[in-house]
Amino acid sequence: MTHHPFRTASGGFIDRSKPVRFRFDGRDYRGFEGDTLASALLAEGVRLVGRSFKYHRPRGILSAGPEEPNALVELRSGARREPNTRATVAELFEGLEATSQNRWPSLTFDLMSVNGLFAPGLVAGFYYKTFMWPSAFWEKLYEPLIRRAAGLGRAANAEDPDHYEKAFAFCDLLVIGSGPAGLAAALAAGRSGARVILCEQDFRLGGQLLAERREIDGRPATEWLAETIAELASLDTVRLMPRTTVFGLYDHGVFGAVERVSDHLPVPPPHQPRQRGWRIYAKRSVLAAGAIERPIVFAGNDKPGVMLASAVRSYVNRFGVLPGRKAVLFTAGDEAWSTAADLSAAGAEIVAIIDSRPDANPARADLARKLGARYLAGGAVTAARGWQQLDHITVREASGAETVLPCDLLAVSNGWNPALHLTSHQNGKPVWNEAAQAFVPGDVPPGMAVAGNAAGRWTLAEALVDGDRLSREAVADLGFTPAPAARMPAIEAEATGLLPVWRVKGGRGKAFVDFQNDVTDKDVEIAAREGFRSVEHLKRYTTLGMATDQGKTSNLSGLALMAEQTGQSIAATGTTRFRPPYTPVAIGALAGHHRGRDFRSTRLSPTHEWSRQAGAVFIESGAWLRAQYYPQPGENDWLTSVNREVLAVRKGVGLCDVSTLGKIDIQGRDAATFLERVYTNGWANLPVGKARYGLMLREDGFVFDDGTTSRLGENHFLMTTTTANAERVMQHLEFCHQVLWPELDLHMASVSDQWAQAAVAGPRSRETLARLVDAPHDISNAAFPYLAVREITVAGGIPARLFRLSFSGELAYELAVPARYGDAMMAALMEEGRDFGITPYGIEALGVLRIEKGHVAGNELNGQTTARDLGLGGLMSPRKDYIGRLMATRPALTEPNRPMLAGFKPVNKADRLRAGAHFLDLSSTATMENDLGFMTSVAFSPHLGHWIGLGLIRGGTSRIGERVRAHDPVRGGDFEVEICSPVFIDPEGVRLRG
Amino acid sequence: MLISCPHCGARDSQEFAYLGAADLQRPDGLEASLAAMTDYVYLRENPAGRLRELWYHRGGCGRWLVVTRDTRNHRIEAVEPARPKGTEAGA
Amino acid sequence: MRYSVFSLVSQALRGHQGWQPAWRNPEPKREYSVLIIGGGGHGLATAHYLASRYGITDVAVLEKGYLGSGNIGRNTTIIRSNYLLPGNTPFYELSMQLWEGLEKDLNYNAMVSQRGVLNLYHSDAQRDAYARRGNAMRLAGVDSELLDREGVRQMHPYFDYDNARFPIQGGLLQRRGGTARHDAVAWGYARAADQRGVDLIQHCEVTGITVENGRVTGVETTRGPIRAAKVAMVVAGSSSQVAAMAGLRLPIESHVLQAFVSEGLKPLIDGVVTFGAGHFYISQSDKGGLVFGGDIDGYNSYAQRGNLPVIEDVMEAGMGLWPGLGRIRMLRHWGGVMDMSMDGSPIIDTTPVEGLYLNAGWCYGGFKATPASGLCLAHLIATGAPHPVAAAYRLDRFATGHLIDEKGAGAQPNLH
Repeated sequence: MTHHPFRTASGGFIDRSKPVRFRFDGRDYRGFEGDTLASALLAEGVRLVGRSFKYHRPRGILSAGPEEPNALVELRSGARREPNTRATVAELFEGLEATSQNRWPSLTFDLMSVNGLFAPGLVAGFYYKTFMWPSAFWEKLYEPLIRRAAGLGRAANAEDPDHYEKAFAFCDLLVIGSGPAGLAAALAAGRSGARVILCEQDFRLGGQLLAERREIDGRPATEWLAETIAELASLDTVRLMPRTTVFGLYDHGVFGAVERVSDHLPVPPPHQPRQRGWRIYAKRSVLAAGAIERPIVFAGNDKPGVMLASAVRSYVNRFGVLPGRKAVLFTAGDEAWSTAADLSAAGAEIVAIIDSRPDANPARADLARKLGARYLAGGAVTAARGWQQLDHITVREASGAETVLPCDLLAVSNGWNPALHLTSHQNGKPVWNEAAQAFVPGDVPPGMAVAGNAAGRWTLAEALVDGDRLSREAVADLGFTPAPAARMPAIEAEATGLLPVWRVKGGRGKAFVDFQNDVTDKDVEIAAREGFRSVEHLKRYTTLGMATDQGKTSNLSGLALMAEQTGQSIAATGTTRFRPPYTPVAIGALAGHHRGRDFRSTRLSPTHEWSRQAGAVFIESGAWLRAQYYPQPGENDWLTSVNREVLAVRKGVGLCDVSTLGKIDIQGRDAATFLERVYTNGWANLPVGKARYGLMLREDGFVFDDGTTSRLGENHFLMTTTTANAERVMQHLEFCHQVLWPELDLHMASVSDQWAQAAVAGPRSRETLARLVDAPHDISNAAFPYLAVREITVAGGIPARLFRLSFSGELAYELAVPARYGDAMMAALMEEGRDFGITPYGIEALGVLRIEKGHVAGNELNGQTTARDLGLGGLMSPRKDYIGRLMATRPALTEPNRPMLAGFKPVNKADRLRAGAHFLDLSSTATMENDLGFMTSVAFSPHLGHWIGLGLIRGGTSRIGERVRAHDPVRGGDFEVEICSPVFIDPEGVRLRG
Repeated sequence: MLISCPHCGARDSQEFAYLGAADLQRPDGLEASLAAMTDYVYLRENPAGRLRELWYHRGGCGRWLVVTRDTRNHRIEAVEPARPKGTEAGA
Repeated sequence: MRYSVFSLVSQALRGHQGWQPAWRNPEPKREYSVLIIGGGGHGLATAHYLASRYGITDVAVLEKGYLGSGNIGRNTTIIRSNYLLPGNTPFYELSMQLWEGLEKDLNYNAMVSQRGVLNLYHSDAQRDAYARRGNAMRLAGVDSELLDREGVRQMHPYFDYDNARFPIQGGLLQRRGGTARHDAVAWGYARAADQRGVDLIQHCEVTGITVENGRVTGVETTRGPIRAAKVAMVVAGSSSQVAAMAGLRLPIESHVLQAFVSEGLKPLIDGVVTFGAGHFYISQSDKGGLVFGGDIDGYNSYAQRGNLPVIEDVMEAGMGLWPGLGRIRMLRHWGGVMDMSMDGSPIIDTTPVEGLYLNAGWCYGGFKATPASGLCLAHLIATGAPHPVAAAYRLDRFATGHLIDEKGAGAQPNLH
């Protein structure tokens, strides 16, 4: 039998037959299955768990839940290290390893605690007032010191080895929280047949019931709990999700949740994620998230051994742990009195019960007497003392007399704050409720109802009634026949009297408001004195509530102290807005699978497999992976391969995949009219069986996209777009049709994915194709001239489309076949072209060929250029209206001195041009005013034997023959280039018509 | 945010592309003035409140929709096809 | 009271009883020479420079909430001047220079931290676009460096270099870029303006702008009418709403941008990094939290909150860049309302209403512009002429076509 010094003899939801070994700060300990790290540490007598943020004060365990500000540890090690993990919610597992953080060299001996000596200077906002001189010291000295001292835990500096998932769920009713209100809600909705999801952040369902010795219907509440959970588990439409925190509410009933699938295991099981990020789409929701107990502000209230009363009950009743043997209870209300009884029953000595309320209530006096405890009505703890953990407290009695009480546990309770955070995520403002002495939900988001403690209704009976009623109302609203109201079980009456104590003055030492950020009552006073009085100013100036606990235990104390300073009520002071997430969420859980190569989906061309077998080197090109070049044996650098590919096209025949271009099929009586309106140039007169280059502007007059569009029939066009803009052009065309001109009779559909398309380019392309095209189709120059388009068959009956188009400036074709034949088409063309030396080429060579020919592409269509800038002004028809026509006439778009397209070649032919270089006149200095434009695209032309470029330069082609500087200081380049025609190859276009 | 597409049902907003105000009238034709076109392209009411706006169901039916939504709280009042009734093909 | 280490020590010895309010809380007068609508960063900076550089102190700043409650208090704190276009670069460089001297000017430490801003590129085309920008910066006298992959790896060894969907090829670095403590910027300007006699009036919402014969004469507020011959609208996020009070329609849409902060961590990352293969940027605050963000949600909104798809998108980009982020927890996220202009650049100009000035359209780049925006608007108000570095920020540029469209995205605010 494992012996834990502070474990009770029996009871609790732990499995005493299953010991679990774990390590903390290098020492071995044991707990039981069902423990949290915090409960196991307490059972082993470990009180000192961490050091505070600023003053490095010793800190212990304040709570038993996610609100924990103090007991933060680095959990696990190596690449799995998780900083700032709350020991209070970390489920114990075999071999768990945890380390304290923010201390040096060790937890018990922390040299950084000298900060405490400087504490008088480290008050709210001190850094805004200092470190200003000398200013060069800020980045070099002051800031590095601050940065090193700040922060809490250390993140792993290695790739997260675990995996995450995203999941989606839909339900009629989402219930958040599995305390009595949540269980009642889930049960009522489940019985009606509605689809219910119940999320519970804890690994065990039951909420606060797990921590209380309560009775329902005269039996232990745990029996009711077990029966209720069993019934819920038996209902098909109910999904129970423990270890799942609903962290945020987004618009229209979309909830974000994170499920900790494997955090209770040493490593995730095979094929299981560490965590799963959920999007839950809920038609209705019941928030039954309970409430968070409030501590009291007094000197030394951060000492290990000072603990929330509800946490004490949780450790005693749920985990079978005595957080101390000599206990004092300091409470502002009735509800925490059960703590004393529970502790006593578990074997602790109750030294005293200090109830801040002055009226000496006989029933309470009687209870204290039974427990053998002093009852100090109207008393207050002025200070908690001890070295590294609680040793004694000083108490100011109602009479004013000071008493010292030795103790190792001080349970504190100042009432509760409803866990209403989700009601505030859509900007709902909590409102102060005087009866509940708490902020309660104000405007509740549509579809949500709030039950029990979360609504500031404190009793068990109210929780059960609320959950049942609100759930039945919600499902009735959705059209279900609600189950009859549940029979209300008999529950003993509860006293919920409360008179909060916002701070106890007069003790020596620091009194903390925000434990984790080391914000004291004095800091709040300074903020008030300096005018930072609004709640947001208070938060931002003092950092109150900005720590990892998001102020769950501190916000209200801070507001109350500010209210005290300003003489306003708490209600008038108001509260800051709660932001998602409710508790911090691992970034991995929200990213899911999207990392590494799966960060974004990868689109593969229908000829990809063929390219892969041909040895292509692939490159990311937007969403696509495209063949960049096809190295041959013996080629050691990309340029050698690309040069070979380019020359093959110029001298023989090349083959290139162009399937990624956008393809839009447009049909209808008004199809030609439509094209007239979306393109700058004319379409009405395009004959059937012909293609034409088209230029599209945005409505603001700048160039949007270009491509060729073919007329396949009188009322049938096939448009191509650039790869990058395929989707945006489709969207734009649908806008033009559905919104601007719905009267036009046409239909369009994207057929980008339906066709595999290859460019077959070079002087031997016709001969190559002729071998593949089926007999009846004549592709001779006479029968199938430049810009001809025809629907044909290839390879014995496979439907195909043949376009005589040329991006390279050579005699060239594009052949399209249904996408499933993509790889086969490439293989067949290679086969048929073998005699002509057919050479596959990738997008590098494609780029070289188009630059040599002076065709503009993405680098020139950059959204900042006009048609005239690109030498395409002649395509702007004066005889019709089209998208962008009018705005293109604005003065700035027609200024003659705009940078215009030209070609560039190095004066020293050995110089390598680079895109992104700016142009300057030879004599001018390098200033912004002298900037003439920039190089947009460059390539090494194997044909010319030197680098060539396209660029935009003031004066454009009117300056052909002049020399300018290509200025590229970020890459150390600055040399002379000569302005030339952008067409470096065959300016008369003889080859492509040949 | 969920948008109830009249063709596809309630779908997450990430299936849609957004364009902005729906009730702008493009000054069509060769007679349109530059001033009117400048207004159309650039100026917006940008209300804090009810806004009729255009969304394109790119991950669904490919229809442009007019969504009436409150920009202060994202509540949606109505969703209808942008293309007026009676102009669908065959009508 | 002057702030220094001596004042801090002396106050510490007296139990901090002697600190004075950082600014007065005056009642509004009936009339001022200049009214500034909006007590955010830009409005407060305008007030400070009007008073300190142009000697105009009969100024009131009218703020509907608390000082600094707008986007100055909800941004990712980045400062940089790495702009491409001549309409922008000198303006942001002036801002950078003002940042560099801010703590002296204001006697307030806004923690301006020049640890560098690095924009990663992932393709040849992106590299060349960054080279174009880096070269343009050099031409404008701004520091810039183009790093290759190894240069980036030396600075940030923990990014994903070997298994990425879009491998990092290098980055454009501005070493003088960095971050500043956003709230402190507002407080520093507020305190400095107050000390020169500017009235900072909180919880005073402007409900109307009075115009007589084409001239502005004052405003209506929740605390009564206030007269002034010059009124400046400095209310990014609400510009359309306020301008509508004077009958103006603007080339602006309001969009929500979300931002995120992680739990506090020991130092992990120096400076600011932007991911070029997705919308994502990240830095670490002096308190230890990772501060990061991504793209705007993409729809018109005044709700100061966004939705899950964009949140997930940001986290995906974070993991795509830096797979060690997985176990780090996001602590809080929030949304701010952005004045998204039609070309992605701001407006600092007069309006068709005489005496009414407009400072708007900052998209999601307003924080870094705070000092120069304040100075240039103050210059315009005081001299009647635009400041030379802000001369391109005209309201009529949409009509003339003199757009300042860094991305080339066109007249669609959600693409900028």
